[in-house]
Amino acid sequence: MRKLLIPLTYLVFLVLLIVPLIKIAFGAWEDGVDGLIHAITRPEAVHALMMTGLIVIVVTLLNTLFGVMLSIYLVRGTWLGSRLKQLLNSIVDLPFSVSPVIGGLMIVLILGPSTTIGAFFESIGFKIVYAFPGMVLATLFVTFPLMVREVMPVLQEIGTQQEEAASTLGAYGWTTFWKVTWPLIRWGVIYGVVLTIARSLGEFGAVLVVSGNVMNKTQTATTLVYQDVENFNVVSANGVALILVAFSVALLLVMEWSKKRKGVH
Amino acid sequence: MHIEVTGLNKHFGQFHAVKDVSFTIEKGHLIGLLGPSGGGKTSILRMLAGLESPDAGDILFHGRRVNDLPPQERGIGFVFQNYALFKHMTVYDNIAFGLKIKKQSKEQIRNRVMELVELTGLKGFEQRYPHQLSGGQRQRVAFARALAPEPQLLLLDEPFAAIDAKIRQELRSWLRDLIERVGITSIFVTHDQDEAIEVADEIMIISQGRVEQKGTPWDIYKQPQTPFVASFIGESSIVENIHELRGFENASDWLNTKALIRPEYIEIGQLYEFPIASATEKGRIKHIHFRGSEWMVEVEVRGNTLITYRSLEKEVLHPGDDIVVLVHRAYLFNDHDSWIMENRMKEDPMPIHI
Repeated sequence: MRKLLIPLTYLVFLVLLIVPLIKIAFGAWEDGVDGLIHAITRPEAVHALMMTGLIVIVVTLLNTLFGVMLSIYLVRGTWLGSRLKQLLNSIVDLPFSVSPVIGGLMIVLILGPSTTIGAFFESIGFKIVYAFPGMVLATLFVTFPLMVREVMPVLQEIGTQQEEAASTLGAYGWTTFWKVTWPLIRWGVIYGVVLTIARSLGEFGAVLVVSGNVMNKTQTATTLVYQDVENFNVVSANGVALILVAFSVALLLVMEWSKKRKGVH
Repeated sequence: MHIEVTGLNKHFGQFHAVKDVSFTIEKGHLIGLLGPSGGGKTSILRMLAGLESPDAGDILFHGRRVNDLPPQERGIGFVFQNYALFKHMTVYDNIAFGLKIKKQSKEQIRNRVMELVELTGLKGFEQRYPHQLSGGQRQRVAFARALAPEPQLLLLDEPFAAIDAKIRQELRSWLRDLIERVGITSIFVTHDQDEAIEVADEIMIISQGRVEQKGTPWDIYKQPQTPFVASFIGESSIVENIHELRGFENASDWLNTKALIRPEYIEIGQLYEFPIASATEKGRIKHIHFRGSEWMVEVEVRGNTLITYRSLEKEVLHPGDDIVVLVHRAYLFNDHDSWIMENRMKEDPMPIHI
């Protein structure tokens, strides 16, 4: 039995993960180096990759800031009732259980051009849905739990005593945060950043719904790959995909390294 | 620092943790807050530090009300039960933390830290991280860190709870010496009576949020004011029918009076060992336990089991042996009152004058 199960496990691993990777890697070179270079230097590809890059940067910054703040409030905040905290804590996980497409749809329904809020923002010249802000919002929605779920357990584990010790030694809130709390949660935050980058890099469903997928305007790398495939432009799709894959693998290596560091100190 | 606390109260939700606590502490004294776990000792300590705010009552340092001062402004040092050392900093940086906050010069910080490293016997460990130290060393770092900014009051929450017995003994006398040398007013919390008796100038017994008694260890031991204090400090056996014991017949003058008898109030031996036989009771050995340096003897007297100790030098007793028991005194208490009664028969009824 065991003799059968072990190869089977490896087979599943191979078919699910390794073969597609190899396929993408080789598929990108099918038309030679020129084909690959053309695939990724097309204006729409350059624009899409830039769009993805921008979204990753903005989303990661926002998510880090608000994720760390929410974690601190949920773990340390005394002004919130414990019931309310529990409720908020479980709502944080909502994006995990809701399909990203539905998340995107919610944003369209609330902030779309036909809604009051959306119309108001559009009238002052600030387009949300089918524009960059909406795509950031959608990606933020999907990635929100990642940072909170990384930082909260670390905060709970380190407890309040070191912070209290700092306060009896004369340090006020801000100093205590930078000198005591931050160094202790740092590796958790870095882990959360890596996860956020990886997730926002590959986000498809929510962004597709919110962006409208307009080429050279609101198209991201993933939605471009989707469109290329739809148009039977497989070599180009592979080229863009290869870049995303290379980035993700690099991230995974960073993550492994940060995981190791997380245990130290 | 002179400390005065009046009418201190603290609730945690429905739980009344500290009930109307008042006390004063003289400058330079070392006070032990002693009591069972969950009795409110740590809450009192945390309120003094400003880490918890009282629901009612005043805390005065040097006659100045500090209730509204945050912990940063109170000039205190706090040693936590699990030390709460900054895990990501070296011993040196831990001790220097409070000085850096005060924006002292590098030179000043260096001098003060090295002075404390010397004082706490941590020389050579300055560049270690807390996880590279033993429990006792961490404890010393925690002391040094709390003392570095020269606080006027040192608060210690169960300072030895996490250290093994042998080193605890050493650290206790070390702490006593250190505090004496620095001359700082200190309050420490403990649930270990030996620790409190050995280290403190004065003890406050705290139970269920109230101060049961405050006094020197000797006073508390000799003159316990409540049954709780009597049973908590030292060992003792409870005797329901004390008036049946010889020498304590008068106890029947008070209704429902019970007695608490400490092992050291009891002497056992053969009849000829006692000069006044009329003061003694007959007893039978129930169990004996070897306690390293002496025997602990359980002896049955008129249906009560009394506990006492017997020197290893004396003749070894065996369970079932009939012996004679002399109870020197008992601590009597009923619902309203408590007092100490000496064995009436010990005064020789027919003294022979030569």
